[in-house]
Amino acid sequence: MSLHKTEIQDIELNLLLQAIYMKYGYDFRNYSKAHLKRRILQRLKLSGLKTITEMQKLILWDTDFYKIFLKDLSINVTEMFRDPDFYAAFREKVIPDLRTYAHIKVWHAGCSTGEEVYSLAILLKEENLLEKTQIYATDFNKNALEVAKQGIYSKKEIDLYDQNYKHAGGKHKLSNYYTSKYGSVLFDKSLSKNIVFADHNLVTDGVFAEVNLVFCRNVLIYFDKKLQNKVLRLFSESLTKRGVLCLGTKESLRFTDFDNKYSVIDSKMKIYKKLPETK
Amino acid sequence: MTKAIVLGASFGGMEAIKNLLFMLPAQCTIPIVAVLHIGNNTIDTYLSMLNKNSHYNVKEAEEKESIKPGNFYFAPPNYHVLIEDNFTISLSTDEKVNFSRPSIDVLFETAAWSLHNELIGVLLTGSNNDGANGLKTIRELGGTTIVENPETAFAKTMPETAVKISHPHFILDLKEIAGKITELTNE
Repeated sequence: MSLHKTEIQDIELNLLLQAIYMKYGYDFRNYSKAHLKRRILQRLKLSGLKTITEMQKLILWDTDFYKIFLKDLSINVTEMFRDPDFYAAFREKVIPDLRTYAHIKVWHAGCSTGEEVYSLAILLKEENLLEKTQIYATDFNKNALEVAKQGIYSKKEIDLYDQNYKHAGGKHKLSNYYTSKYGSVLFDKSLSKNIVFADHNLVTDGVFAEVNLVFCRNVLIYFDKKLQNKVLRLFSESLTKRGVLCLGTKESLRFTDFDNKYSVIDSKMKIYKKLPETK
Repeated sequence: MTKAIVLGASFGGMEAIKNLLFMLPAQCTIPIVAVLHIGNNTIDTYLSMLNKNSHYNVKEAEEKESIKPGNFYFAPPNYHVLIEDNFTISLSTDEKVNFSRPSIDVLFETAAWSLHNELIGVLLTGSNNDGANGLKTIRELGGTTIVENPETAFAKTMPETAVKISHPHFILDLKEIAGKITELTNE
């Protein structure tokens, strides 16, 4: 591959993103480019195509191909109680505050296949807060949302989840919350009673509710700086006064426009509290 | 002119990276981005030890951070590190590549895409196959490639695979690599 070729690939990539936006309304133009390029070139290799231009033709004319492609771009690897230290910190530093509220509204943005939504629900249940909590769990990937709604996961991962749960300060046994069947586990419906799973695109959709807590972990890392700022604005507009924002442990408000709009509850676990407007 | 060095190491890599870093002369401040396979362990103690004992500012790579001279960035455990065209760092929690996250291939490939011939790729000891394809991409896009001599490396599989797949410009004993980097970056 010559230098020339990568430059042409970058042009093709930008045209492809433009085409997807015009045809389907999904806007990936401000996603991290390196990340997109890796996934797109991977799909290119798998489908035996030579250029992104050939792929663009398929994406525009072949809806089935587009569906596969969309899956490539939207799959986020997740797990239950991912970063157990975060959940432990959340329990210690955020729960006491939430306990004082009459009702709690939570927006879990970019919930993917839902493993972390159930994690949060379990935690809230153990703190006797789930009954007065409404969780909106959103993602733009309808397949992922469907999985989340079902609450059925492979048993293969359950040992890891169980370890995470314990490490996160779980009060009982993770197995109290699911039933096993045929190599799968089904999470208890009492957990999802107050969860609404809904289609929402962080890039193109707006505020839909006022919430006390925004939970958005390992989503912003896929966006460029400009889009990160746009989404952080959406979160700020959705949060109540002194609402809490939880990001992934390697995400941060540093290097963004919102650094001075929040105080820090836990700097390592990236838990923030919205400051009152100064205007 | 070289704008950055990307470095990959696996089994035996803690010791190898330390030795390489301590051999780099003080005038060498070219930014270095490294992937070290370390499982789920933290690297904080290791990084602060390197930081204290070298002229580089050794740190974990942060999301959207600009890459600057004098800095030595390590991939955070459990995250891939990618280099963007605007010379900033992106992290990702994507699936493992070569059973690894962070993966050396992911760093090397994305660095090659954005830096072309302004890049040096260095692959050290290890007992898996990560890094070979990434090093090949670096070479194809005009960068300079160095692999630690498999015969003298702590673990030889990784450098051996890289030699086979990427046909690197240089195959050197660990103690010769710092000198080669100095020579290449002074050109």
